[in-house]
Amino acid sequence: MEIKADLVQDSVGQMCPMPIAYLAKNMRTMEVGQILEIDADDEGAHSDIPAWCNQTNNEFLGKEDAGSFFKFFVKKTV
Amino acid sequence: MEKNNRATIVLMSGDFDHVFAAFTIAIATLSAGMDTTLFITFWGIKAIQKGNLTGQGFFGKMLGLINRGGLDVIGPSKFNFGGIGRWMFKKMMKDKRVVQLPEMRQTMIDLGVHLLACKTSMDVMEIKREDLIDEVEGIVGAATMVENASKSEVHFFI
Repeated sequence: MEIKADLVQDSVGQMCPMPIAYLAKNMRTMEVGQILEIDADDEGAHSDIPAWCNQTNNEFLGKEDAGSFFKFFVKKTV
Repeated sequence: MEKNNRATIVLMSGDFDHVFAAFTIAIATLSAGMDTTLFITFWGIKAIQKGNLTGQGFFGKMLGLINRGGLDVIGPSKFNFGGIGRWMFKKMMKDKRVVQLPEMRQTMIDLGVHLLACKTSMDVMEIKREDLIDEVEGIVGAATMVENASKSEVHFFI
């Protein structure tokens, strides 16, 4: 997957609910159309990040296996 | 999308595990962009206390002494064993890099939580406004909480 992120959030080692809390905080600082990459190894993130996108009407672009963690991509659409 | 974007959480317990659950849910609803109110009553008041001694009358002072301390000193509802359980849980959470309660409380505040304290509980337990952290927005009664809850799509009682 070739996605260029505007901002990278390092959530490796964090557990629920902190990756989502930082995701929400970071999105506030971003412009519509920008992409946030969240690096996380919390298993809950696989369902939590798409769920957060659903609820807030932002776009979940997908995830990428980076070995010890996953990269999740979220596009700010609202 | 916007049907109703509010959440209300009543926190009645001052036990470590219950406070942890309330804070986690609040952070999740706040993160989802929901206007979140945490109504804190009875033992839950400990979660927003500065940690100083409280109480004016004899019983109030006794209660304040027995129940002293704030968020840092609360123990779990089970297996506390006079503080050993609290130490064990804290250590286990630290080892697993789960955030601690004071950091969670600060995160909620940063995300714009509305903290409301129950007037009656504070009167009964002789806790004054100055005994609570500054971020508490109001000392209110049940009617305020009911009004809040009636406007919320999501409601939790912990």
